[in-house]
Amino acid sequence: MGVAHTFGDDINTDYIIASSRKRDTVDPQKLARYLMEDIRPGFGLQVKKGDFLVAGRNFGCGSAMEIAPLVVMAAGIRAVIAKSYARSFYRNAINLGLLVLEADTDSIDEGDLLEIDHSGFIHDVTKGERIQARPFPPLIKDILDAGGIIPYMERKYPRSSP
Amino acid sequence: MGKTIAEKILGYHAGGEVKAGDFVLAKADLMMGNDGSLPLVFEASRRIREFGVRSPEKTIMVLDHYCPSPSKEVSRLQEEIRDFAREYDCLLYDCGEGICHRLLPENGHVLPGMLVVGADSHTVTYGALNLFATGVGSTDLAVAMNWGMLWFRVPETIRLQIDGNLPRGVFAKDIALYIVGSMGSSGAASHAIEFRGSAIDEMDVEGRLTLCNMMVETGAKAAIMPFDEMTDCWLKPLKIQGDHEPVKADDDAHYEREIAYDISGLEPQIAFPHEVDNVQPISSTRGVRIDMAFLGTCTNGGPEDFKTAARILRERRVHPGVRFIVSPASRKVVEEALADGSYQTLIESGAMINPPGCGPCVGAHGGIPADHTNVLSTANRNFLGRMGNREANIYLCSPATLAASVVRGEITDPREFLA
Repeated sequence: MGVAHTFGDDINTDYIIASSRKRDTVDPQKLARYLMEDIRPGFGLQVKKGDFLVAGRNFGCGSAMEIAPLVVMAAGIRAVIAKSYARSFYRNAINLGLLVLEADTDSIDEGDLLEIDHSGFIHDVTKGERIQARPFPPLIKDILDAGGIIPYMERKYPRSSP
Repeated sequence: MGKTIAEKILGYHAGGEVKAGDFVLAKADLMMGNDGSLPLVFEASRRIREFGVRSPEKTIMVLDHYCPSPSKEVSRLQEEIRDFAREYDCLLYDCGEGICHRLLPENGHVLPGMLVVGADSHTVTYGALNLFATGVGSTDLAVAMNWGMLWFRVPETIRLQIDGNLPRGVFAKDIALYIVGSMGSSGAASHAIEFRGSAIDEMDVEGRLTLCNMMVETGAKAAIMPFDEMTDCWLKPLKIQGDHEPVKADDDAHYEREIAYDISGLEPQIAFPHEVDNVQPISSTRGVRIDMAFLGTCTNGGPEDFKTAARILRERRVHPGVRFIVSPASRKVVEEALADGSYQTLIESGAMINPPGCGPCVGAHGGIPADHTNVLSTANRNFLGRMGNREANIYLCSPATLAASVVRGEITDPREFLA
């Protein structure tokens, strides 16, 4: 179980982690404390392991660099739940093994306690409601279950040399 | 049900029949990274156990973003790329050879029917040669280098039908800007675009490269041209040895949307700051002073672009208030421009010419604009800060519009100069 932190539409990768912070280091562990700094100062220090980012449409728009999902993971976020995602963020998140659920997030409020199960349901424990997330295609589910594209490929094609 | 070009190419490389919406693992024919992306690809490769480059002959590295290097930090990264290319025996185009998106088509690395991935968003350019090419992330490229394959969602396709005769003074770049302006920056998000129509039939590969290059500004995953005599004309002098297979969509292929444009009445187009889809026809552009002008990039740094600019600049001088910077897209472009005299014409008009490469397009070096100045550029992006200064305004146009404008010192309709 984790706490929902709600954000709006079009949360871009510069909001997720500000460019000015990336000048000094690109180590996700060091950057995690600055998560969402520009739109919610102090957020990176409050967020707890297992919490959820909940957002509207087009989450992760902007730059295609992988640092944005890496920082979200380093902050301990269990999953992102959004109405939709920008293509590059979604692709990078799956490659890295960050759970990115697509669902109608309107009913989830800041501070709600959430739980997710293996059949793709999001349980809003605070409200006693259940939200169906859009099911993953089998290949994407396998990649996420493996923990990202690298462990997936290592398992499926163990010998890297031809 | 018939197949689109994207469905055919991805299906062939995934080893089975696929349709839009399917998720597949597909083998890539070619993998490309440049000095803008490779440092991150190397970082991702360190997360792979016993990383190796599966097919060095299919792995191309290009130093083009920062050439020659503007700092010792960049020099160090470029040394790492050289070491990596040597260690794994990959083909390397070093500083001064040109921009990846010019070099790969120019040297016959990208051919009809191929599936190409590049760690650079403008990888879509290669679709001009009737293939599926798309930009990917750094983990993606590391995975593709190690295993030779990658996952894809087979995209839905939008068919763009472009008919009509291109009016005098109007070029492929103007069509590209017009399409981006009308579709918007996410109008083709995650879709493939297939081109057809009489204006496409008449367009040579140079124009098609420009048009495909800019389709990523609509969010497109790939932009694909038909194979025809124009493609043949481009490929013949390259004397390609390997086999390649032109791909045609089936007559009953399913398109999510079909959009038709008639370009017979099209004017030169300008993208205003700070979005590529903020496009206006030149007739509604009055009195925009320019302080700096830039001819070049993977969109418009080719030999035809040099020729067009030189035609207007012959026996004319750059306006004294304008810094006119030129970056040829490759060494071959320099050679051609020297041979046909356009290089000399640009120099005599007052241009400063950079070595081949991306130049000031990405704001690294070679012409960073001052605060509160206007830049007119033949590049593909005009985002805030793109050229290295958030206080500058970037306008995008064709090489002809650029040349006319550097003479007047303000954005100028090139048709006044092309009798």
